[in-house]
Amino acid sequence: MIVRLCGVTKRFGERVAVDELDLEIAPGICFGLLGPNGAGKTTTLRMIYGATEPTGGRVEVFGIDIAANPRAVRARLGVTLQDNVMIDPLDPVENLKVFGRYHLLREPELGRRIEYLVDFLELGSHAGVPVRNLSGGFKRRLAIAMSLMNDPELLILDEPTTGLDPAVRLALWAKIRDLRAAGKTVLLTTHYMDEAQRLCDRVAVMAGGRILADGHPEELIARHLARQAIEVDCNGDGERRIRAVLPPETRHLRAGGRLILYVDDASAVTPQLDGAAVDDGCGRTIRPTNLEDLFLHLTGASLEGGA
Amino acid sequence: MSRPISFAHAGAVWRRNAAMYARTWMYNLLPNFFEPVLYLVAIGIGVGAYVAEMAGMSYAEFLAPGLVCVAAMNGASFEVTYNIFVRLTFDKAYDAMLTTPIGPDEVLIGEVMWAVTRASIYGLSFFIVLIFFGLAPLPHALLAIVAIPLAGLLFASIGVAFTVRVPTIDVFAFYFTLFLTPLFLFSDVFFPLQERLSGIWLWVAEALPLLHPVRIARHAFRGEASPILLWDFAYILGLSAALLLSTRGAVRRRLMS
Ligand SMILES: Nc1ncnc2c1ncn2[C@@H]1O[C@H](COP(=O)(O)OP(=O)(O)OP(=O)(O)O)[C@@H](O)[C@H]1O
Ligand SMILES: [Mg+2]
Repeated sequence: MIVRLCGVTKRFGERVAVDELDLEIAPGICFGLLGPNGAGKTTTLRMIYGATEPTGGRVEVFGIDIAANPRAVRARLGVTLQDNVMIDPLDPVENLKVFGRYHLLREPELGRRIEYLVDFLELGSHAGVPVRNLSGGFKRRLAIAMSLMNDPELLILDEPTTGLDPAVRLALWAKIRDLRAAGKTVLLTTHYMDEAQRLCDRVAVMAGGRILADGHPEELIARHLARQAIEVDCNGDGERRIRAVLPPETRHLRAGGRLILYVDDASAVTPQLDGAAVDDGCGRTIRPTNLEDLFLHLTGASLEGGA
Repeated sequence: MSRPISFAHAGAVWRRNAAMYARTWMYNLLPNFFEPVLYLVAIGIGVGAYVAEMAGMSYAEFLAPGLVCVAAMNGASFEVTYNIFVRLTFDKAYDAMLTTPIGPDEVLIGEVMWAVTRASIYGLSFFIVLIFFGLAPLPHALLAIVAIPLAGLLFASIGVAFTVRVPTIDVFAFYFTLFLTPLFLFSDVFFPLQERLSGIWLWVAEALPLLHPVRIARHAFRGEASPILLWDFAYILGLSAALLLSTRGAVRRRLMS
């Protein structure tokens, strides 16, 4: 195992940020840690790379106890923080130089590594522009380049694509896949379920400092929810009528004016829905159940019925 | 943790600041340089014209060695208060360092080394100004250069011990007006303390940190040596070491919260 957490707890005063967490990450996979704001994702990551000491429990990375030897562990991993941390008046290449020296890289390796990373993350066009004048997407790519400075075996990405436009996200996903294909282990957090579903071999859904479920994304969805989701626009009255015609154990979720029903075969319940006559069938969407449904099912407060 | 400190990694922390100031020195380093120069001109040469002599020399000559130490004190103090606080809370520079083999001890050492560097930049450039004004009797005044990094180290240690325990940036106003300004005024810089104080007060004055580098610089300018300088060296190195050792834990807690 690349990462192993045993009964790890972190308290800030009275608040329990991470609660008796057990977690194992196998080498070579992309692992996604999902959870709502304040779930304890960042705190968990900080304990994994030794920037925060757990209140209790044990953290091992590469088989090394992080409390005993953080320097040896951190030499072999890279971290992209949730917020970009860079020196604003300096340009990307100068920032990479400063960061490379944190790993004691010297010329000529330092220059070679920077050249490689500028090429890999396509930073060449603005390599000489002060960071403060760069776009959010460019800065994020630079932040990831910085965390790759020491050619890490384990790459930790805290919300790598938050706030980025779709094109940049797609480009970053491709880079993350490249890294994984090159044998690196990737541990990321995200609020985007499509991102997790596309990138991750395994995900863990976290809330209130605990892991609620973990496994392969498709398996997890199959384990917890039916295969298809039907979205219907309806009010509370319509919802009552629909639920009256469906089996009582049917799981459903309300999101604003929209009701989502989880069923294994949507075509089998279409006649009942038509019979309930809350809509004309046009505003109805039928789609496969996805990780977002699972996430809402596990963490959402507005989920009722079934579970 | 009793893990040995890595000076190579502390050096990388130092390089980070050096790289940044190499770009921004015009705005971040240059303005403070003028401060002691203004004191020298306004008080040394302006007020000094009305002072026949002080401790057996012209007032500008009296003022010169003390202001060298003040320049170093201000340079170090500014760095370890406002600038470290900004790097800690706004820039989050230490969060980034803690993703690498750098640990809290290396951050502390690297920052203190940088503050000493900045103190030395100010102290030395002011010293050069003194040479131009003919206020540094050469060659023996050159020995006063030793007092510059010592003053830097002392005030870096005092300031950093304060900064890691401070909750908000506003508190530094107290540090500057209630601690550094009185030190500046009452540490043998503007008037000979020995002539104004007597008895027990002379002993109490020995507690003032700025007094010690000033005395070293003053002796060098006069071309004199005295056994009391050993006490000054011991005070500076001893207090700095004690403060840094006792701040290690607080730095660790602050960075790793
Ligand atoms: N240094 C700290 N001091 C006090 N409380 C903290 C500290 N860091 C985190 N917390 C608290 O611990 C809990 C978990 O925070 P954490 O940042 O790990 O969540 P997260 O899952 O990363 O959230 P987000 O998705 O918003 O980034 C929160 O309630 C947060 O307020
Ligand atoms: Mg977070």
